Amino acid sequence: MEQSQDLTLRRSSRASQIREYAIQGALIACSLVAIFTTIGIVASLAFEAIRFFGKIPISSFLFGLEWSPQTAIRSDQVGASGAFGVLPLLTGTLLISFIAMMVATPLGLLSAVYLAEFANTKTRNLVKPMLELLAGIPTVVYGFFAALVVAPLIRGAGEGVGLQISSESALAAGSVMGIMLVPFISSLSDDVINAVPQALRDASYGMGATHTETVTQVVLPAATPGIIGSLLLAISRAIGETMIVVMAAGLAANLTANPFEAVTTMTVQIVTLLTGDQEFDSAKTLAAFAIALFLLVLTLGLNIIALKLVDKYKKKYA
Amino acid sequence: MNTDAPSLDSGAKPIMTARNVDVFYGKKQAIDNVSLDIPENQITALIGPSGCGKSTFLRCFNRMNDTIQICRVKGDIRFAGQDIYDPKVDVVALRSRIGMVFQKANPFPKSIFDNIAYGPRIHSLSESKDHLEDIVITSLKRAGLYDEVSDRLDEPGTSLSGGQQQRLCIARAIAVDPQIILMDEPCSALDPIATAIIEELMDSMKEKYTIVIVTHSMQQAARVSQQTAFFHLGELVESGDTQSIFTNPEKERTQNYISGRIG
Amino acid sequence: MPDYLLTTSPQMAKRHARHRRFQWYGRIAIAISISFMVLMFTAIFFRGIGAFQKTMVAVDVQFTESQIDPSGKREDVSLKQANYKPILLQGLQQVVPEATDRRDRNQLYKILSNGAAFDLGERVAKNPDLIGTSKRVWVAASSEVDLYVKGKIDPEVPEDRRRLKNQDIAWIEKLREAGQLKRKFNTTFFTSGDSRQPEMAGILSAALGSFFSLLICFIIAFPLGILTAVYLEEYAKKSRLTDIIEVNINNLAAVPSIVFGLLGLAIFLNFFQLPRSTPLVGGMVLALMTLPTIIIASRSILRSVPQATRDAALGLGASKTQTTFHHVVPLAMPGMLTGTILGMARALGETAPLLMIGMVAFIVDVPKGVTDVATALPVQIFLWADSPEKGFVELTSAAIMVLLVFLILMNVFAVYLRRKLERRW
Repeated sequence: MEQSQDLTLRRSSRASQIREYAIQGALIACSLVAIFTTIGIVASLAFEAIRFFGKIPISSFLFGLEWSPQTAIRSDQVGASGAFGVLPLLTGTLLISFIAMMVATPLGLLSAVYLAEFANTKTRNLVKPMLELLAGIPTVVYGFFAALVVAPLIRGAGEGVGLQISSESALAAGSVMGIMLVPFISSLSDDVINAVPQALRDASYGMGATHTETVTQVVLPAATPGIIGSLLLAISRAIGETMIVVMAAGLAANLTANPFEAVTTMTVQIVTLLTGDQEFDSAKTLAAFAIALFLLVLTLGLNIIALKLVDKYKKKYA
Repeated sequence: MNTDAPSLDSGAKPIMTARNVDVFYGKKQAIDNVSLDIPENQITALIGPSGCGKSTFLRCFNRMNDTIQICRVKGDIRFAGQDIYDPKVDVVALRSRIGMVFQKANPFPKSIFDNIAYGPRIHSLSESKDHLEDIVITSLKRAGLYDEVSDRLDEPGTSLSGGQQQRLCIARAIAVDPQIILMDEPCSALDPIATAIIEELMDSMKEKYTIVIVTHSMQQAARVSQQTAFFHLGELVESGDTQSIFTNPEKERTQNYISGRIG
Repeated sequence: MPDYLLTTSPQMAKRHARHRRFQWYGRIAIAISISFMVLMFTAIFFRGIGAFQKTMVAVDVQFTESQIDPSGKREDVSLKQANYKPILLQGLQQVVPEATDRRDRNQLYKILSNGAAFDLGERVAKNPDLIGTSKRVWVAASSEVDLYVKGKIDPEVPEDRRRLKNQDIAWIEKLREAGQLKRKFNTTFFTSGDSRQPEMAGILSAALGSFFSLLICFIIAFPLGILTAVYLEEYAKKSRLTDIIEVNINNLAAVPSIVFGLLGLAIFLNFFQLPRSTPLVGGMVLALMTLPTIIIASRSILRSVPQATRDAALGLGASKTQTTFHHVVPLAMPGMLTGTILGMARALGETAPLLMIGMVAFIVDVPKGVTDVATALPVQIFLWADSPEKGFVELTSAAIMVLLVFLILMNVFAVYLRRKLERRW
């Protein structure tokens, strides 16, 4: 009896086992694409950036205060020295991102809290899809609106009160970017707030706290690590954003903290340097890769910290 | 099955009264025409098999059922003679007079001190920082936890053991100076030693507070309470002096539950 | 009645007031965000709706053979490149006979678009029988005229500060009174590619470029994404390798989109020497960008397939592969497909990575395949937005409206697909 069972097992097994392994192998190969993509990104950026740092010393890139990328066409050309300091780009990026977060954080968090804690089902079912719509609008549309409507409006308002505001002000680009980030912060925070266990709310109600007191003194403090994680992810998104700033922010590097002035960002420079008629090897085009590598390190760093925070927070309440 | 207003053998004045209470979750009826008096400064135990509605009934007393949208409460429930479901009543104030301890300890992710200070803070019960500290220490002492945590009041409440956390929740409830403390199976997640500590605590607490406890352990009810009410399938089958209920129940269902034939 | 149960204490009233105020903060925040969106849509709608109409001029034209094709050979190229200006001018002068001297004639001709002559050439080349006939043809007016007719040029501005002079305006009105200057539906917008003149420009090449790019994106990302998700959810045991893969996917999901463009530039274009500015490379870049989203969404769908299904199949003696591909995957497919379409809707709106791989050039010809040089709809919007000519504002807004319509259609389609294919388990 057992003999024949053994045979049955053995007969059909070889062919199908090989097929099983082959399929599994194919699946693993597909999954490795993700790793290869990361390797590809890091390799391509690093490779070109290293070539850049062969022409321009890394210290003048990281610590230089001036950004005016020129390269000599002839060795005796006047004005051949270009400055490749990334700091003005970094400050421009941070200024615009800061303005964006100033707009997005209160709007996003208050919306999330209201929808998660106070709104009834009807309101939630109406508002949530609308916020999703806001999230789905391509950034080129935001950029167009920022340049065409918001920037002139802000400039006009400034003139009305006697302020000189640039038509490419950081304020215009930053505020529109802020609105773009609202659904991002809102949906991430919504998840985080809903993860706070009902038991904590019950404990607070049981002691005679109002709903708002429960939210502000129990739920939000409990959700804080998760919320900070969402905010960090939003900042990372803001730093890497391209189209809104390309269309609404300036091109000239400007080391300032004044929101009324025009600044340029890292992403704008990457686009500018690579969408002209440049040969691929010049220091200008290689500079774009150096900036991109810097940008990648910055955003990945923020993401890793953010994901760690959200992870730790979720584990606390799992 | 109807029950008349139960007689209170001890002759104590009832601090809470319930008359003809029905509770519905949507279409499902969870509590059917229950009437019960809660005597002051005593421990009343609500017992019965799981799912018989005792927790639901308990939560009527501090209107925690309000937080569940599909829950509807009908009937007359009075605290010190005042109908607590009267629209003029501020539920926030009500809950500062009637505290609650839950089945699973739920300390806030704050320090031990802040856990206990939360209630006094939102109700503005303290006049100064020192006064607040007094309240916290007194509550911890009354909950029998002070000696164990006096040197680490700044540590998170969640760093305590299960039994300590539950005593922390009791201290937290006490800090608001309520008159009644409702306890929903407070020891079901604790080991026998922690349970014993809390039962001893409850006994000392009844001098100052009125306690209503829901428990699935008959032995616990027999140990701690002066009055017991037996629930079955949403109805109050029988209630009265704990000793009589356990040694000489009037109804057959009560007898069956106590001897382990049902539930 | 114990008064502590009533809301008479001022402190209690303050607490309740704070509660009501806080709720209002939430409502206001939501209102601000949504009003901004409504404002944006309205502004774009009103700026773009005019683009769907174009001012055209009716010219009575005589297709004289001696002017168009003196050799009589009817060669395609010579027919297209013949000089149609005198023919058109003649027709115009019938309505405006006072334009006699050279300067006036040139001004009159400027009422027509530069592409009008080109347009006539195309028509004759397609239908040489037109030669020898007289016909009334409708040709495009120039951008200035179009803007004027649409009310976008202010006649109050002093004459020397505007392009359209009073005399031009007088002639335009004459043509209008004669019924020979009208606004008609702008088919050019949908049938032609980019152009330097706003009145001749259309979104067809951009739309096709987007279509081909998304096609490639789907072909690459859908199978790769699904299979990766299947591997990670159904096959992989917790190991260093799977951890690394998961970390990679989560990080890739958060990398700025422009970096994917740089990857495409450095590796696809420079290393593999693939053709620049083509939907092929665009699609590959978009695929890599969308892959993490598809994987993450598909994994959550696979996780929601009840374990009972797998157990039933395995219990009957099915192999792991049979269980997965005959049972689990079909149940998860509607959700995974929906997630993919939603991912592609996001890819449709992406601009930055496509700029990096060169899809930013001025493309007139309509692409016919994935290796033809092309641009994409969001890139076209970006290029037009940058253009100094006033006429392009209208076109940019209209192109945005078309893009948004496509996005809405894709989202609706995704939801519809999920509902239709969903099987209750």
